[in-house]
Amino acid sequence: MQLYECKDLKSKGAYKMKYRSAFDIIGPVMIGPSSSHTAGAARIGRVARTLFGKQPSKAEISLYGSFAKTYKGHGTDVAIVGGILDFDTFDERIPSALELAEEAGIEVIFTVEDTVTDHPNTVRVKLTEGDRDLELVGISIGGGTIEITELNSFELKLSGEHPAILVVHNDQFGVISAVTNILSKHQINIGHMEVSRKEKGKMAIMVIEVDQKIGHDVMTELEGLPNITQIIRMVD
Amino acid sequence: MLFRNVAELVKLAENKGVKIAEIMIQQEIEVTGLTRDEIIAKMDRNLTVMEQAVERGLKGVTSVTGLTGGDAVLLQKYIQSGKALSGNILLDAVSKAVATNEVNAAMGTICATPTAGSAGVVPGTLFAVKEVLNPTRMEMIEFLFTSAAFGFVVANNASISGAAGGCQAEVGSASGMAAASIVEMAGGTPKQAAEAMAITLKNMLGLVCDPVAGLVEVPCVKRNAMGASNAMTAADMALAGITSRIPCDEVINAMFLIGQSMPSALRETAEGGLAATPTGRRLQEEIFGKKQ
Repeated sequence: MQLYECKDLKSKGAYKMKYRSAFDIIGPVMIGPSSSHTAGAARIGRVARTLFGKQPSKAEISLYGSFAKTYKGHGTDVAIVGGILDFDTFDERIPSALELAEEAGIEVIFTVEDTVTDHPNTVRVKLTEGDRDLELVGISIGGGTIEITELNSFELKLSGEHPAILVVHNDQFGVISAVTNILSKHQINIGHMEVSRKEKGKMAIMVIEVDQKIGHDVMTELEGLPNITQIIRMVD
Repeated sequence: MLFRNVAELVKLAENKGVKIAEIMIQQEIEVTGLTRDEIIAKMDRNLTVMEQAVERGLKGVTSVTGLTGGDAVLLQKYIQSGKALSGNILLDAVSKAVATNEVNAAMGTICATPTAGSAGVVPGTLFAVKEVLNPTRMEMIEFLFTSAAFGFVVANNASISGAAGGCQAEVGSASGMAAASIVEMAGGTPKQAAEAMAITLKNMLGLVCDPVAGLVEVPCVKRNAMGASNAMTAADMALAGITSRIPCDEVINAMFLIGQSMPSALRETAEGGLAATPTGRRLQEEIFGKKQ
């Protein structure tokens, strides 16, 4: 009975819905060979690119766990770089992403790490362009579904059970209340919210989990606010 | 969320007098806010991708490394020879599962079900039983929603990742999902679908993820073959009225716990199992050189 002595995380801990849609299971449509190591990796790269907002001149990619052991066979390297080039999981340019990145003038540096991480499929991506940089940690939890666990040294704690948005903004007074005012106007209730910044007066981040769906109109209104750099849906 | 486990899923379908596929569609509407038509159109597109992958694989493909490819063609020729021992529908399912995974290994376009490494099982069985059951396009789409419903429960209560839970979580889950969908398409009850899932998954417990050279080729392609075969057999058993002594949700939990206690060498790190055999090591060196 040794087997059953190991910790039963699900029955004792809080139930966490990591997968929300039928298309997390039947999908994504993708270029092979691995949903976690290719499609998930491409998605993490693409989230980094989207958050960065433009093509970087340098991409530093650190691979951990199973990613580190099997990245060559699974095309994890081309997939992440494909994502950084803004390719979707089914983009047939993924297999040639390394050459395409070179042509585009992106310096790509891969590091294989020995450190044991919480999740076996973990990658750290750092994008740089001039004096701007962005660093995130993503995990690929299976079937192409991913979670971003860290952004610019800020640990993201999303339950995954509720819709969530990430707001990148300038660290100035009034920005937080402007965002929450719009949510309140649309009768959207905030269940959880975190605010962080790297340095006073520079880039700051809000992660907001809400109870209701956030429509396109609300997103557009939020994007129109002053001092907002970017708004991303983390969970639909 | 309408359901969180198989018991709730079956009860909902029984109470409403609808297919499990319908419960999944209703939950999708609730969660995403998309319309029924939009959701069905989305699944229809995935079905088309699966069809194209099977077609491409049956014409014959070879992976970049040359480790896999061409087996789906061999099997189709064998079926046509009329000498097959284990039944043409079963072997057709096997060959179509293999076809899909050969395309996947060749970095072709596939639809993950639930993962890319296990993408052959659900379409393989679907396009084989299609030949006997003559379903409508909508019934084929429903097949995929039924698979999604069972896969959804496994993904949220256990795992569908080989790196987290071994191959039992990938081909095991796919096989269980396919078995349940076959039962439903053949006119079985929601409870029979759950029995088929339980019977299938019980026979996949403990299956490790040990890809040679870390590639989704050996043994993944042949594991999809057996996943399809297992699903067909379990579906027939459930339709015959056979039940699982261990309820489906408990089998899923057992799979989760087995995955938790599986050593890292057997969870998609290419360090144990078939990957660590002399031939597995030799192939890795031939493909990537001495050091990876």
